[in-house]
Amino acid sequence: MTGDGSYWLREHKGTLLAFGAFVAMFTIYAANHPAGLNANVATTAANKGVLLAIVAIAQTLVVVTSGIDLSVGMVMVLANCLASTIVVGTPAMTALGVVGVLLVGALCGAINGIIVIFGRLQPIVTTIATGAVYYGAALALRRVPGGDVNATLADALTGQLPGGVPASLVLLLALVLVVWLPFRRSVIGRAAYALGSSEVAAYMSGVPIRRAKFVAYTLSGLLASVAGLFLTCITYSGEASAANGSTYTLYSIAAVVLGGVSLFGGSGSAIGAIFGALMFRTIGDLLFVFNVEPLWQPLFQGMVLLAAICLGSLRLLRIRNRLDLYG
Amino acid sequence: MTADAGAGVESPAPSRSDMPLFAMRGVSKRYGGVRALSDAELSIEAGRIHAVLGENGAGKSTLIKIMAGVVAPDEGRMLLDGEPVAFDSPSDAQAAGIACIFQELSLIPDLSVADNIAISNPPRRFGLIDRRAQRRMAEEALARAGADNIHPLALVKDLSLSRRQMVEIAKALARKPRILILDEATSALTAADVTKIYDVLRRLREDGLALVYISHRMHEIAELADECTVFCNGRSVASFPAGTRTDNEIVELMIGREFNAVFPARSPRAPSDDAPRLEVRHLGWTERLNDVSLKLHAGEVIGLGGLDGQGQRELLLALFGVLRGTTGEVLIDGRPVALRGPHVAKRKDIGMALIPEDRKTEGLMLPMSVRDNLSFAALDTLSHLGVVDAAAERDAVDRIVRMLAIRTDGTDLPAGSLSGGNQQKLVLGKWLMIAPRILLLNDPTRGIDVGTKQEIYQLLRELAEAGAAILFYSTDYDELVGCCDRVLVMYDGAVRRELIGAEINERALVSSALNIGAEVSHHVAANAART
Repeated sequence: MTGDGSYWLREHKGTLLAFGAFVAMFTIYAANHPAGLNANVATTAANKGVLLAIVAIAQTLVVVTSGIDLSVGMVMVLANCLASTIVVGTPAMTALGVVGVLLVGALCGAINGIIVIFGRLQPIVTTIATGAVYYGAALALRRVPGGDVNATLADALTGQLPGGVPASLVLLLALVLVVWLPFRRSVIGRAAYALGSSEVAAYMSGVPIRRAKFVAYTLSGLLASVAGLFLTCITYSGEASAANGSTYTLYSIAAVVLGGVSLFGGSGSAIGAIFGALMFRTIGDLLFVFNVEPLWQPLFQGMVLLAAICLGSLRLLRIRNRLDLYG
Repeated sequence: MTADAGAGVESPAPSRSDMPLFAMRGVSKRYGGVRALSDAELSIEAGRIHAVLGENGAGKSTLIKIMAGVVAPDEGRMLLDGEPVAFDSPSDAQAAGIACIFQELSLIPDLSVADNIAISNPPRRFGLIDRRAQRRMAEEALARAGADNIHPLALVKDLSLSRRQMVEIAKALARKPRILILDEATSALTAADVTKIYDVLRRLREDGLALVYISHRMHEIAELADECTVFCNGRSVASFPAGTRTDNEIVELMIGREFNAVFPARSPRAPSDDAPRLEVRHLGWTERLNDVSLKLHAGEVIGLGGLDGQGQRELLLALFGVLRGTTGEVLIDGRPVALRGPHVAKRKDIGMALIPEDRKTEGLMLPMSVRDNLSFAALDTLSHLGVVDAAAERDAVDRIVRMLAIRTDGTDLPAGSLSGGNQQKLVLGKWLMIAPRILLLNDPTRGIDVGTKQEIYQLLRELAEAGAAILFYSTDYDELVGCCDRVLVMYDGAVRRELIGAEINERALVSSALNIGAEVSHHVAANAART
C-alpha cells in the first residue's frame, strides 16, 4: 500500500519536530562552546539532560491518559532522600537499597493511581495533595541535606563508558527499552492512549480502563524514583528540597509539551518528551554559551514554552460548533 | 390487528422450529420514575436481518444498550442459544459474540484505524501487540466492510464522518461477532457508502450472522429486513416477517401513546401580513443542516418535529449564533442580522432566548442561588456602571418567581436544591427576565413531571398571546399536537413537511418523520380526517 510514510509522519510529527529542534540547538551549542564538544562537556550536559528526561517520561505516562502528575518532582525528592540513606554499603546492600527505592517510587505512583481511579478525583488535585505528603516524608527522612551513596554505583551511572560515551545516555536508553517501548506496544499502553483520547469510547470498546490508569501512574512513580536515584548519584547526597521538587515537576510538563505530547491526552510519545527535556536543558546551556546573564534564563525558557503551547491553539481554527470551545 | 401481533411475539416465526440464536423475555428497565422498557420480547435468528422500529423514546436505544452490556436490565431474561446470559459490561457482551455499532461513535480519535479496529483484542506476540498481524487484521476487516480504500494507518480524527462510520463497522466485524447490532448505522453515511453497506450486510447474512437493524428509514427496512419488531412506549407491540405489513400499518403500530396532558386552548389566528419576526432563508451548516427556510410571526408557536437528531438542535443553535460557518440568511423584523453568538442574539433589538436541552449543564449553575441563576441573562439591564442594583434585581426576580410559581423556600437557596420541574422553570425564568421577543425551546419538558409540563404549555401560550414568537422543538409528539400552530417536520437536516392546523396529528407527524412517500402521508391524512 502506498502512503505508509506520510501516515507515519503524521503520527510522529511532534516527536520528529522535538528531535529536529534539539539537534539544531545542540549543534549550535556544541559549535559555540568555548572548550569545544569534548567528552567531559558532553557528559555534564547528558547527566543534567537525562535527569529531566527521566522525569519527563514519568510525566508522559500520566499525560497520555489525559491526567497530570504534579507529584513526580516530590517522588523524585523522596527517592533522593531515601537513596542517600539506604543505597550504601556492600554491593548486596546497595542492590537491596536500589530495589527499596524503586519499590517506594512505584508505591507512590500506585497510591496516586488508586485515588484517581476509585475516588474519581481530578489528577491535578490528587497529585498536589499526595505530592505534599511525599515531600513531608522526604523531610522526615532527611531534615538536613546530607547522606551518602555507593560511589561505585554513582560513578558508573554518571561517568563515561570506554570511548567517552556518557553512561547516563545508556541508562536512558535502557529505560526506554525496558519501560517505555513495552508499555507503548502492550495492550495496557494502547488502553492508556485510548482512554486519554476518549474515555467513553474506550469504555464502550471494552478497553481495560482502570488497569491502564493504574499501570500508567505506577510506572510514573517508578520512573520518578529512578530519577531520584540518579540525582543521588550526581550529588552524592540527599536533600529534601521543595524547590527542587516543584521545579522538576514544572519542567517535566514543559518537556512533555515541547516534545509534542498533547496535554489533552491520547497522543504523543515519551521519545518526544525526552527530546523536549534535552531541548529545554539546551536552551539554558545556549544562553550560557552566548553569555546571556543567568538571570535572564527563566524568561527565555518561559517564552520558548509559551510559544510551544500556543502552537496547540491552531486546532481552534477547525472548530465549527462554539459549544466545543467550552466543552 | 394489535391482538394477533401480540400473539406473534409469544411464538416467533412459527415456520422455524429451532430455537432462536438470541432471545429477550420480559425484559424491563427503568430510569428513575421513567419506564424505558417494559416486558420487551425479541427473538433473533442466525442468517436473518431483524429490523427494530419505533418512534422517539419507544425503547429502542435501551433495548440495544441492554443487548450490548452497557446497561443491565431490572427484570427479565436474555437467552443465547437457549442458555440464560447476563452481561456486566460491554466486554462481556463482546465475549458472547454480540457486537454493536452505536450511533454515538465508539472510535478513539487519536488512534489509527488499525489500532481502533483491533482495540478490544489486538493480536499479540510475546505479550506485545503484533503490529504486522494487526495491520493484516485491519485490512481484512476493512475489506469485509467494503471499505478497503481506507488506509489502516490513517488517524481516525482525520477521517470524515462517513468514513469513520465505515471504520466502526469494520471494527465490529473484526471481533467476528455472531450478532451484529446496527443503530442508525447509515445515518452518517454518504450515498456511495450506503450502497456498499447494503451489499456488505447481505453478504454477512449469507455468512450466517444475525443482524439487528435499527433504522427510521422505511425504504432501507423494505430493502434489507427479513423480520420486523415494532416498539411503542417501551413495549414490543408486534413482530412480523418483513413485507407482510404496509408502511401505514407499521405507523399505526408505532403510535398509540396514552394522552396524559391537557393543553391550553388555542385561539385561531388569522395569517398575519406583517413582516415575520424571524425569517430564515436557506440556512446550512456542514452536512447537518441543508437549506432550511422558515418564517415565524409574532404570536405564533411553531413546532419542530421529526425523529431525534435530524438537525433540530443544530437549527436552534445556529439561530442562537453558536455554530460557526453557517450559510444562508437570518432576518429579524425583515432586517438581516449577523448572529455571532448568544451575546448578540439576546440583544434588545433581536431579543432571542434559547432554552437548552440539558438544564443541568447548559441552563443552570446548580451550586449558585436561585436569584443568581435568574438574573444572569438580564444582568446588564439590572446594573448601572457595572454594579448590580440589588433592589431592582430582587424585584425582578420576585416577579418571575411569582409569575412562574417556582416552588422554593427562598431565592438564596442553590438552584440544585429544586426539583427537576422547578429547575426547568428557572431556566425559562432566566430568559423571561429579558422579555424575549423570540423564544427558542430545545425539548424543554424532557424528564419533568406532568404538572409542570402543563404549566409550561400554559406559559408558552400566554407568551405567544402577549406577542412573543416561539420556535419549539419537542421529541414528544403529543406536545407538538397540543401546543403548536404549525409544525415543521425535519429529516436529514432539512424541513421535509409543514403541517398546519388540523393536519397536526400524531399519524401525520410519525409518517412524515419517517419520510414515508407522499401518497402514504396523504392516505394517513385522509384517515386522520375521518377519525
